[in-house]
Amino acid sequence: MGEWRRSLVAMREILADLERWRRQGRSVALARVVDLEGSGPRLPGATMAVAADGEVAGSVSGGCVEGAVVAEALDVLDSGDRRLVSFGYSDDEAFAVGLTCGGTIHLFIEPLDW
Amino acid sequence: MAGDCASETATPIFDAVAALLRDESAFALATVVEGPVAGAKLLVRPDGTMGTLGDADLDRVVERDALGELAAGRSGVRHYGEHGEAREDHVRVFIESFAQPPRMLIFGAVDFTAALVRIAKVLGYRVTVCDAREVFATRQRFPLADEVVVDWPNRLLDQVGADLGPRDAVCVLTHDNKFDVPAIVSALATGVGYIGVMGSRRTHENRLVRLREAGVDDEGIARLRSPIGVDIGARTPEETAVSIVAEIVALRTGRSAQALSASSGPIHD
Repeated sequence: MGEWRRSLVAMREILADLERWRRQGRSVALARVVDLEGSGPRLPGATMAVAADGEVAGSVSGGCVEGAVVAEALDVLDSGDRRLVSFGYSDDEAFAVGLTCGGTIHLFIEPLDW
Repeated sequence: MAGDCASETATPIFDAVAALLRDESAFALATVVEGPVAGAKLLVRPDGTMGTLGDADLDRVVERDALGELAAGRSGVRHYGEHGEAREDHVRVFIESFAQPPRMLIFGAVDFTAALVRIAKVLGYRVTVCDAREVFATRQRFPLADEVVVDWPNRLLDQVGADLGPRDAVCVLTHDNKFDVPAIVSALATGVGYIGVMGSRRTHENRLVRLREAGVDDEGIARLRSPIGVDIGARTPEETAVSIVAEIVALRTGRSAQALSASSGPIHD
């Protein structure tokens, strides 16, 4: 029973950035943790936002996959295709961008157009 | 019309989410993460919904499930059939609960209170400081508190006690029996998850006598975390605040608060 606070804080803590970027007319992608297997410390709802110019707010892990998520988010903004992505030991990519804590993290990445 | 405003897309659901977050209201946001309309959203509040997942029957089932998840404070992915059928896997929906922040009531406007307010805010609590002495219970002394109430703690609990639940905390820092005993008796009458009471071992023994005189039984005494906090050798108000919130977290998770280096097994449940 720890989920409540993480979810609340995750979106709330980047709300001011999101609203500022929107006011400035910048395109924004949101990456949200929807599922975790193993011992990842952050819970579903952890959120990271990426503006089209590469500015980042929030985080989705202890720093292990952030770089890869930014690249995916920029691609989502480019193509407009929302997607589920996974990082972790069950994934071939794990050796490139794994979670050091040994879990698998599933994220949904989409443009903020809703 | 090539201006910034004209190129900006309307985001009605995000705007509603932003307003609800700012108001600290409870809601759930359901997003299709796999299925025919990935990204479709349903914003669910106890008093109604906004948006659609693309099917009226699916909306109805997800609304019901989202309210259940919100009540339990859970977030996660659930799967459904095209029209919301259970045990099918046509659509995957991420339901994210945005519960209201837990409350911490701190009784006693003392030095330790200021440090506890700061650390409780870091942990996301909605913090109320309450003391009957108006010279001490001032907003200037506790600028980070959400509320500073000049009243007897038991009278505040009479007003808000019914809303307190397992996630909430009451911290009694006055160590003055005149205030403490009625506050503790009132706190025990609520469903609050944590009741911590400050004081030395001697104060604690003395207070136990007064509490029994006030009719508190063994079960009530067992609910109290008194003296307050876990044993980290805290001396300063800030260190004591860390010891208190560590105890609150460990009580919620059922952990022992010993060093992880001295144990084995999973770090997170």
